[in-house]
Amino acid sequence: MQLGRVVGRIWSSVKNPGLEAQRLLLVQPVKPDLSASGKIVICTDCTGAGTDEVVYWVRGREASVPFQPGEVPTDATIVGIVDELHVDANAVGKAERGRTSVS
Amino acid sequence: MTLGRVVGSIVATRKDPRLEGHTLLIIKPVTPDGKDEAGYLIAVDTVGAGNRELVFIVAGSSARMASGCKDKPVDCVVVGIVDGVALDSPRTDASR
Repeated sequence: MQLGRVVGRIWSSVKNPGLEAQRLLLVQPVKPDLSASGKIVICTDCTGAGTDEVVYWVRGREASVPFQPGEVPTDATIVGIVDELHVDANAVGKAERGRTSVS
Repeated sequence: MTLGRVVGSIVATRKDPRLEGHTLLIIKPVTPDGKDEAGYLIAVDTVGAGNRELVFIVAGSSARMASGCKDKPVDCVVVGIVDGVALDSPRTDASR
């Protein structure tokens, strides 16, 4: 699962029948410090998340699991809305330093 | 799922029999604000998308869950034509 922030939405009237009634939200993946990281993805949503909310989302085949037994053709789904985030600043600092030396 | 623009199609005579009857489109991935991204994708069309239309695609094994693609050798499917995109203005502060 990955952290993300809802940054918008798209709408579509001609779509695969499996996606009927699904909200399609634009999610910007973010790092634990909530800075942007990577490309914006289109996610279905099973939580009722709204604009600017920090969420976590799943990618891949598992993304359609929340909608079972329905068969929703999705590869990214918001599965939770984040209330609070606690990050060990020292631990993140080490990780960040490690990444910097690799790149 | 990702956004893309239809930029062409593919014709193939010899192919897996389970792909017969499917339109194959060439898709250029784009960002929500309309800028092109790197690379191209070949996707099966399930919605009747036309040239230059903005669409969204589902990739990976989830693609086979789209109706019409069950048990077919497919990993990228056009599942919708985009009517509109609303991208909210980015927040300037990193805190919530």
